Amino acid sequence: MASKPRVKVPKSASAGDIITIKTLLSHTMESGIRKDKDGNVIPRKIINKFVCEFNGAVVFSCDIDPAIAANPYLEFKAKVTESGTFKFMWTDDDGTVFETEKDISVS
Amino acid sequence: MNLNRRQLLTRTVGVSLAGLFGVQSRAFATPEAVAEAVKSFSGDSEPGSGRIKLTTPEIAENGNSVPIGVSVDSPMSDDDYVTQVVIYADGNPNPDVITFNFTPASGEATASTRMRLAKTQNVVAVAKMSDGSVFTDTRNIKVTIGGCGG
Repeated sequence: MASKPRVKVPKSASAGDIITIKTLLSHTMESGIRKDKDGNVIPRKIINKFVCEFNGAVVFSCDIDPAIAANPYLEFKAKVTESGTFKFMWTDDDGTVFETEKDISVS
Repeated sequence: MNLNRRQLLTRTVGVSLAGLFGVQSRAFATPEAVAEAVKSFSGDSEPGSGRIKLTTPEIAENGNSVPIGVSVDSPMSDDDYVTQVVIYADGNPNPDVITFNFTPASGEATASTRMRLAKTQNVVAVAKMSDGSVFTDTRNIKVTIGGCGG
């Protein structure tokens, strides 16, 4: 089952730096194609959307399909110009949203 | 159960044929389906090469988790940036893999993730720029053990 997301953001950066953000969420990402031992299809249950916001503005987002491996890992870049908070949101097929936040201080 | 040799043979063949058709009836994505998807994504523009680089391993031992990365050469300024990068796989049950949506605040149009691959196949990345131009890159990945279960 899904648990607390893990996110890696540098604690500090200089203004104008492009930083690397790494995220990982524990999730089975059930594709909806696999069958259990009785031959019944296991219903699809994946994270279908990921959004990263910085101070309320979207920086990066993805639309995810079942072809993404279990425990979805995402690595991407962001350009920082001021101190603030990154907010990360993962949306499950069942509507659950997993959220976490990270602060960064920019000098 | 009493079976003579002939009956046993017929039944065995029957079962294996059923198995064969069972596998074949499962629809997989095809290179044509991917080409079609790329075409509808690019709209009017003809996909060019260069500027986009898809990074994959040449051989994936385990198709359950294959690291892939994509990077597009772009200034990522407010009026010239990469809006979207879509990844397709032409041998998976479903060609769609992931859509990355970038903004000028991304700084660099670079992203990586881990994907599933059912068998040896081509992975296609298509990038759309803010001016509507489209770039594509394709990599072949050899898969030792497929990763779609079932």
